[in-house]
Amino acid sequence: MEMVNRPYASAFEAYATQHPEVLCLSADLTSSCEIDGFRDRHPDQFLSLGMAEQNMLSFAGGLGLAGFRPFLHSFGVFLYRRPYDQLMASVAYPRRKVRLMGFLPGVTTPGGMTHQAIEDISVIRTIPNMTVLEAGDATEVESIVAEADTVDGPVYCRILRGAVPRLFTEPLRIGRMRVLSEGDDVLVVTAGITTEEAIRARGALARAGVSVRHLHLNTLKPFDAAQIVDHAASVRHGVVTLENHLITGGIGSMVAEALAEAGLPRRLIRLGLQDTYAHGGSRPYLMQHYGMDALSLVRAVERLTGKGTGIDEDALGAVRIDAVHSLVKAEAL
Amino acid sequence: MPLVPPPFSGVPSATNHDYVTGAGYNGPFDAVHDRLFIAPAHYALVAYACLIEVGRMAPEGLEMFNRDGSSVEMIGAEHSPGMEVHNGTLGIGLSTAAGLAFGRKRLGHTGRVCVFMSDGEVQEGQTWEAVQAAAHHEIDNLWAIMDVNRQQCDGAMDDVMTVGDIATKFRDFGAVVAECDAHDLPAMRAAAATPHPGRPLIVLAHSRPTQGMESLMSRFPRLHYVRFKSEEERARMNQDIAAELGVAPVALEAH
Repeated sequence: MEMVNRPYASAFEAYATQHPEVLCLSADLTSSCEIDGFRDRHPDQFLSLGMAEQNMLSFAGGLGLAGFRPFLHSFGVFLYRRPYDQLMASVAYPRRKVRLMGFLPGVTTPGGMTHQAIEDISVIRTIPNMTVLEAGDATEVESIVAEADTVDGPVYCRILRGAVPRLFTEPLRIGRMRVLSEGDDVLVVTAGITTEEAIRARGALARAGVSVRHLHLNTLKPFDAAQIVDHAASVRHGVVTLENHLITGGIGSMVAEALAEAGLPRRLIRLGLQDTYAHGGSRPYLMQHYGMDALSLVRAVERLTGKGTGIDEDALGAVRIDAVHSLVKAEAL
Repeated sequence: MPLVPPPFSGVPSATNHDYVTGAGYNGPFDAVHDRLFIAPAHYALVAYACLIEVGRMAPEGLEMFNRDGSSVEMIGAEHSPGMEVHNGTLGIGLSTAAGLAFGRKRLGHTGRVCVFMSDGEVQEGQTWEAVQAAAHHEIDNLWAIMDVNRQQCDGAMDDVMTVGDIATKFRDFGAVVAECDAHDLPAMRAAAATPHPGRPLIVLAHSRPTQGMESLMSRFPRLHYVRFKSEEERARMNQDIAAELGVAPVALEAH
């Protein structure tokens, strides 16, 4: 699999330098969010706002009022937890074209509870006027920049950084989910880093005779409930959602809402953080520990079909292990 | 903008194409004119009265104050006359104004951005974040006038949360500070004319919350949410306040 180094850095620079009304805002995590090169090469388009996220959100609202489209860079948690009131009043209510670039979604950081955005989708999708996007590979990280900037209102994006695998060739398009396989036993719905896990599981499941229909989501709000329902209606045994997030309020909840409102009776297993905080550790360890990895998905599929597959960790092939101290990350976070 | 404010026409959304803010009541919306935010949107009633005094809103507009379906809301909303942004949560106004001022400067606008602030807002951390950011980025087309009345919801600020010498604190965070008597208009104009190159200006306008209505001192130190407690008190204050203002008492039956 091709690994791409720092896809956000190059994509943002290429885009922003062509759009002078785009401003690059940072809250003291400039190299951590891969915009240090942009800061050095385009200082006139870069604004350092320091460790003061409440001010940054309202300030960005003011920039939006002046006609600019600020891209805010920080770890996802810092863009909505502390400045929630400012996100509501200064950005979301007036529909400012503010682009919130949230790095380190879910358990992609060993930084523990304070750094892991595990309820961001749940919180932000409930805010009227917000759009929520999530990148799942290098191509989506590259294309999310320009795509987010087409939104007539505020948008929150879950961004991957460092060395990111390239899974897709077609760019991310808002509202267009990816149908990665069209099986008829079980529907699997993933987004972000869980898609790679599901791709690994899918191969092993196919060899075991289980036919998986696999959807990859990159647009979490607006949510295409009708398409989810159509896909769910076309499988025999039920639906598994696998998300890098709490199962409450995120993709599992969205799928449940869609099925319930359509009156489509399908069993649903929601994988992800089960009403718990995570703690600090490597991504593979956390995904295994909290039941968010390929093997957890296989076990959920077995529960739905009622048949064992004989798949074990070895059958899933070599797990991609990220070095915690990767050279393409600014720090160990 | 119509002299009588239109009824509430919906909140901003992708489908509400007719949405407008109340900013039009403040004057022309162009590169050379100033913009005004009322950070404590709870002062909205005073802002409405000002708009009536300067002929930008009809007195009948006040009949819609705090009525269901009206845009003349109790706490000023974006769509209320004289409002451009939501400021009901205290402490966010100066940050928004700093962002707008930075943007206007970048666009070459000569109009400035003014924020009316309340002194209770210095208890909010965001106020200090905003001042340090405005100073750091040399946003000097931004100024604020703060009603320093030393009162907040729970009573006197010194009892609720001591804030110390706010002039020194603002200077330490990078602002130019001028002070004046809030009831002396020439002094206020002089304070607002204080040069502040490379820095935001904060005018501390020291006010007495009962100025011109000394009978309200009977409620000190609880001067927020003042309501008449009885018909007798209402009638008495009607007489006392009218006498102090040198006007005829209000015909109570009509209100």
